[in-house]
Amino acid sequence: MSFLNNAITGVSLGSIYAIIALGYTMVYGIAKMLNFAHGDVIMVGAYVCFLAMGSLGLPPLAGVLLAVVVCTALGIAIERLAYKPLRSAPSLAVLITAIGVSYLLQNSAQLLWGADTKTFTPIVGTDQESRLWLVPGQLSISYVAILSVVCCVVVMIALALFTGRTKMGKAMRACSEDKGAAQLMGIDVNTTISVTFAIGSALAAIAGVLMCSAYPVLSPTTGSLPGIRAFTAAVFGGIGSIPGALLGGILLGVIETFAKAYISTDLSDAVVFAVLIIVLLVRPAGLMGKYVPEKV
Amino acid sequence: MKKKLNKNSLNGFLNYGIVIAAFAALQVLIGMGRLSNTLQSLLVPACCYIVMAVSLNLTVGILGELSLGHAGFMSLGAFSGITASILLQSAIPMAPLRLAVSMVVGAAFGALGGVIVGVPVLRLQGDYLAIVTLAFGQIIQNIIMVLYVGVDSRGIHFAASSKRFDLAPDGTAIIKGPMGAVGVQKLASFTAGFVLILITLLVVQNLVNSRSGRAIMALRDNRIAAESVGINVTKYKLMAFVTSAALAGAAGALWGLNYSSTVASKFNFNTSILVLVFVVLGGLGSIRGSIIAAALLYVLPELLRGLGLDDYRMLIYAIVLILVMLATNNDKLKALVGRVIPKRKGAVNNG
Amino acid sequence: MAEKKQFHKGKMVPVPSVSIIPERDLDKTPILECSHLGIDFGGLTAVNEFNITVGRTEIAGLIGPNGAGKTTVFNLLTKVYQPTRGTILLDGLDTHGKTPAQVNRMGIARTFQNIRLFNNLSVEDNVKIGLHNQEKYSMFSGILRLPKYWRQEKAAHERALELLSIFDMQDLAGHQAGSLPYGAQRRLEIVRALATNPSLLLLDEPAAGMNPSETAELMENIVKIRDTFQIAVMLIEHDMSLVMGICEGICVLNFGQIIAKGTAEEIQSDPTVIEAYLGKQQ
Repeated sequence: MSFLNNAITGVSLGSIYAIIALGYTMVYGIAKMLNFAHGDVIMVGAYVCFLAMGSLGLPPLAGVLLAVVVCTALGIAIERLAYKPLRSAPSLAVLITAIGVSYLLQNSAQLLWGADTKTFTPIVGTDQESRLWLVPGQLSISYVAILSVVCCVVVMIALALFTGRTKMGKAMRACSEDKGAAQLMGIDVNTTISVTFAIGSALAAIAGVLMCSAYPVLSPTTGSLPGIRAFTAAVFGGIGSIPGALLGGILLGVIETFAKAYISTDLSDAVVFAVLIIVLLVRPAGLMGKYVPEKV
Repeated sequence: MKKKLNKNSLNGFLNYGIVIAAFAALQVLIGMGRLSNTLQSLLVPACCYIVMAVSLNLTVGILGELSLGHAGFMSLGAFSGITASILLQSAIPMAPLRLAVSMVVGAAFGALGGVIVGVPVLRLQGDYLAIVTLAFGQIIQNIIMVLYVGVDSRGIHFAASSKRFDLAPDGTAIIKGPMGAVGVQKLASFTAGFVLILITLLVVQNLVNSRSGRAIMALRDNRIAAESVGINVTKYKLMAFVTSAALAGAAGALWGLNYSSTVASKFNFNTSILVLVFVVLGGLGSIRGSIIAAALLYVLPELLRGLGLDDYRMLIYAIVLILVMLATNNDKLKALVGRVIPKRKGAVNNG
Repeated sequence: MAEKKQFHKGKMVPVPSVSIIPERDLDKTPILECSHLGIDFGGLTAVNEFNITVGRTEIAGLIGPNGAGKTTVFNLLTKVYQPTRGTILLDGLDTHGKTPAQVNRMGIARTFQNIRLFNNLSVEDNVKIGLHNQEKYSMFSGILRLPKYWRQEKAAHERALELLSIFDMQDLAGHQAGSLPYGAQRRLEIVRALATNPSLLLLDEPAAGMNPSETAELMENIVKIRDTFQIAVMLIEHDMSLVMGICEGICVLNFGQIIAKGTAEEIQSDPTVIEAYLGKQQ
């Protein structure tokens, strides 16, 4: 039973990672950059939702929507102001800028909302009653876990339809393949990249709220560790691949939970990253990524 | 042709000169009592960061591979160096010698870490290599967080948890899991830091201007062409990576022996990133740039602490970082600078 | 060029020009023997049944329409790709399972269709990197600057200038390789390849982007390189004046298959070759 319980926890945690990893993977696929500020957008989303529900007294759904709107705007603003001028710059310059943005978000949050840890009000109940009991007294799923998995599945299906069926989605795939050629075909590359950032940041807001509902602590650095883990998940699955992000996220959540339960709570990070290294050695481009050797 | 050879060595000598002059000037200031205690306490860490930056530049600027886990090697060096200094307390009573030996041990452990992570990792390329170095840094930090090391009359003890850590009552605990190393005798000195910087410069600059260094730079510029002229990719990637890790290990040992206690979380992802920022702002491949950037960027924010700007310190840092990146990569600005300062003919990134 | 210098493999000593005689390869094993060489890329056969022998001091041409698989053959010979089928013997030794670097040390050096120089390094350093495996001092001798380091660096410096003088490029030694004009970059690539002391030099479209007078000079230089270093040269080229002018043996490739082999005259009159280039006559 404890095995199943752990599996459930792992999958729900993994679903949240997967939603964050999607943001990383989409941005990487199209802009070929590691957006280290993505984790901090999660934190901003969680704060906005927290304040909307606490100070403004909005209902949870309104809080989440507000968080999504704010993060989407934030994502577009970051892209326009910090990344767009560096489109042709070396990738290391973009990386450092992303780190600068990450520091900026963390420290702004600290100035605005204080450095102290806040207790997040979960958007659905987390007490013993708000669980779905599969085997009474032994096996249960919390509502947050159900919500996380449902959100993840909905997001995945929506994204699959979006990239596969819509004009903007096709433009996105074209840009990630070859920006120059896409531009020659009349695709507005800048708009496409902005839309990608917008979607990624909106997903980060949702993930932030889910994450803080499951683990209700909130501080300016809340986003950095899940950010790094989700980034790992994205690489795990093959960075740039949307199904890869789903697979990587879920696997990472499950491995982390099992490592905590069966190996050592303190060593869970080491186990997760060791598995990542092993996976990359066997499949240098991640589980679902395509390895493209340099053409001679 | 002789001219170019001279230019390279001139550049190298200039770097030694800058370091020696700075050391002498600071010593004079200390002697005159003009250097505040706050500033004096920053000298050794600044030396460590300079060594970290120069050694990371070997991986990022000269080998051309992004490493996001450089602090991991520093961590290995710090804790192995501390352990060595405590174990050797009675064997080598002379403090400077014990410090030197501890730094060598730190370098050896850094190098060992470099080999362990390097052999599998260097088969990967680009961003994948970066993520694995990040992962490695996290693993090191995580393992040291649960590591207990102590010494008693029966010998050295290692344990992975406090429960299994059975040290005799007369024994000394060296590393205590999440509490890190405590009760360390502070052996580090500014002079030791200065010597370490000189050694680092000697190793990196001489390496770059040798057959091996050229092979490393060839890999950076064009891996396929380098292979086509018979260069062993793994060997030279590993050489650069391990040398860089060894120097970081020595810097870590110096750092660890500069404080009475050190925790593993000091050497986290943020520290790796901080050093990377020094390297990028100093200029990829430019040794002098790394030295200056590390010294300035480490000391300046620390000085801001005293100015009542403490709350805004990191915010200012972040904004300046973004603005510098935007400015240095702005094509219009570059063109402007290019018109004012004509580009040096045949400039080679050896400075 | 007032006085023409003569080069000898390894050392710069004059060699009598009579050593260049058509029959020089008699009684000697060929430098390169490919048999049944082929490679598939996921079901697509890029090169198949590639059989060729190249003499020790032959200049061989590899021609064919675009996409015929010429560069793929070079990539097979230099082990950028591992062949799916067949064997490559270099000087009688099988190169099976070797890495590109090992094959270079065995004696194959190449240039690239899209120039691949070490752009941030100086011209001299580019050549010195070619000399990498002939310098023997270790990393530690280099860091500690032991006498061995100084001796070998001096020798490498001299050798690099000597090699650069083949194309009269010794004055450019201090320039950054990436800043050189296109033609000079192509020549530097050849010098770098020669620096590795090869017995077979592969040139991938050496005359691409050159004007007729530059091409004529290049032709002279290729012959000069062969004569002075006594090595075999195999080249891919679209400029027929170059191929027909200096290649002693020509191999025509189409759709990954050899469709003709022979001397310039034989190739020019071969109906299958004409068809491959111009299409079937109505």
